[in-house]
Amino acid sequence: MAIRDRLSGNEAIAIAMKQINPDVLAAFPITPSTEIPQYVSQYVADGEVDTELILVESEHSAMSACIGSQAAGARTMTATSSCGLALMWETLYIASSIRLPITLALVNRALTGPININADHADSMGARDAGWIQIYSENNQEAYDNFIQAVRIGEDKEVQLPTMVCQDGFITSHAVENIELIEDEEVKAFVGEYIPVASLLNAKEPIAIGPYDSPHYYIEHKRQQAEGMNKAKEVILKVAEEFEKVTGRKYGLFEAYQLEDAEAAIVIINSTAGTAKAAIDKMRKEGKKVGLLKIRVFRPFPHEEICDALSHLKAIAVMDRSEGFSSIGGPLFAEVRSALYEAENRPMLINYIYGLGGRDVTTTHIEEVYNQLFSMINKNQTGQVYRYLGVRE
Amino acid sequence: MKTKDGVEINEEIKWKDICPGGTVAYPGSADLFKTGDWRSMKPVFKAGECKQCLLCVPVCPDSSIPVKDKKRLDFDFDHCKGCGVCVKVCPFNAIDFIKEGK
Repeated sequence: MAIRDRLSGNEAIAIAMKQINPDVLAAFPITPSTEIPQYVSQYVADGEVDTELILVESEHSAMSACIGSQAAGARTMTATSSCGLALMWETLYIASSIRLPITLALVNRALTGPININADHADSMGARDAGWIQIYSENNQEAYDNFIQAVRIGEDKEVQLPTMVCQDGFITSHAVENIELIEDEEVKAFVGEYIPVASLLNAKEPIAIGPYDSPHYYIEHKRQQAEGMNKAKEVILKVAEEFEKVTGRKYGLFEAYQLEDAEAAIVIINSTAGTAKAAIDKMRKEGKKVGLLKIRVFRPFPHEEICDALSHLKAIAVMDRSEGFSSIGGPLFAEVRSALYEAENRPMLINYIYGLGGRDVTTTHIEEVYNQLFSMINKNQTGQVYRYLGVRE
Repeated sequence: MKTKDGVEINEEIKWKDICPGGTVAYPGSADLFKTGDWRSMKPVFKAGECKQCLLCVPVCPDSSIPVKDKKRLDFDFDHCKGCGVCVKVCPFNAIDFIKEGK
């Protein structure tokens, strides 16, 4: 029986961690993800989990402790945000290249500076090339569901990669919503016991990890690591299918909302997808053919599937909640535009940078984006490609 | 050295066969890697001065001082990098330290 509750996004992740009961959680507090290790420390103190809690002096140390722990053969987790993830930068690459399936709860927050603690995807987008699987969540339910699935995805023998599950700081991490939890026993059965491929504490098969790699071997290791990421796509779908059998909740590589017959669509990540759905419902009532593609899996990026889902549209706005400073648009725009290069009839494509540093985005803003797309369709002219939404001119 | 699946690791190995993450699948494999050619200084064992106190053995970072029947032998120059720690620790001046190649 599913359990109905009301939880914040941080509580939802902490409950998922409690149900999974990982061997180790190593973390350092940072707003807005601090509550996650805080709740888990309470579970540890109350004896509700037998997790070893490692409280360290920085996020660099947190990820280093995660690497040591996972390499020892322990199922290991952490949580962080913003500058915390940035301080892990070096060690993120080590975790993925040693093929350690650590699970990280990322509560998306802007990077300094100027100093800002609110929702923005600069942190995870900065880590997009670190070799981690990245899964994004629109709301608390998705954060909870994605986190439970992430353990299985990363640990799959074909994948063996770390996974970060992302949600928007404060907007979902601190907002309390209705949520449907899975029974403890069902979560435990779903994630199963962690059986590492190789581990430092296995005295019967002694190993050494993280050695120096000369130019004769490094590129072969990277090619092999890339294959783990390639394989992740089908594993994500396989795990989602099993998850649906347990919960009835369906997950794919992305969510298409009112997209099939749409003429104008936006592509978006995390909580603003909810805002966009409300705008779509309103505009559909007015007879406007608008739709949405919400990214769930950003790494690996499902290029072919996204190209298929978007190529019938007339105009698309790709929405980036982070500046990539490429001077031609944000990171999501670069991926979507690249995916659509394969399409026979390429839709008109623009990019909006929006919501930086937690700037509110309302249904009115989203309607404005769709109106811009219809104006492009009517004039049959793309105009300016790289735009800002809601910036004071 | 071989992978866990028994494939010989050399410069011909294909990416599908190489050890995931570069994990070294067997212990003691450092023995296969000759580090002696980095040496610029070289220790010289003077057997006549040596009292077999064995202080030099545990301080060697590369296990390059073999011991047999409780007595040290000459250096293992396949692995000695010429760091000179043994020279410093020897109380009996039984190890000289000279430029490599002389």
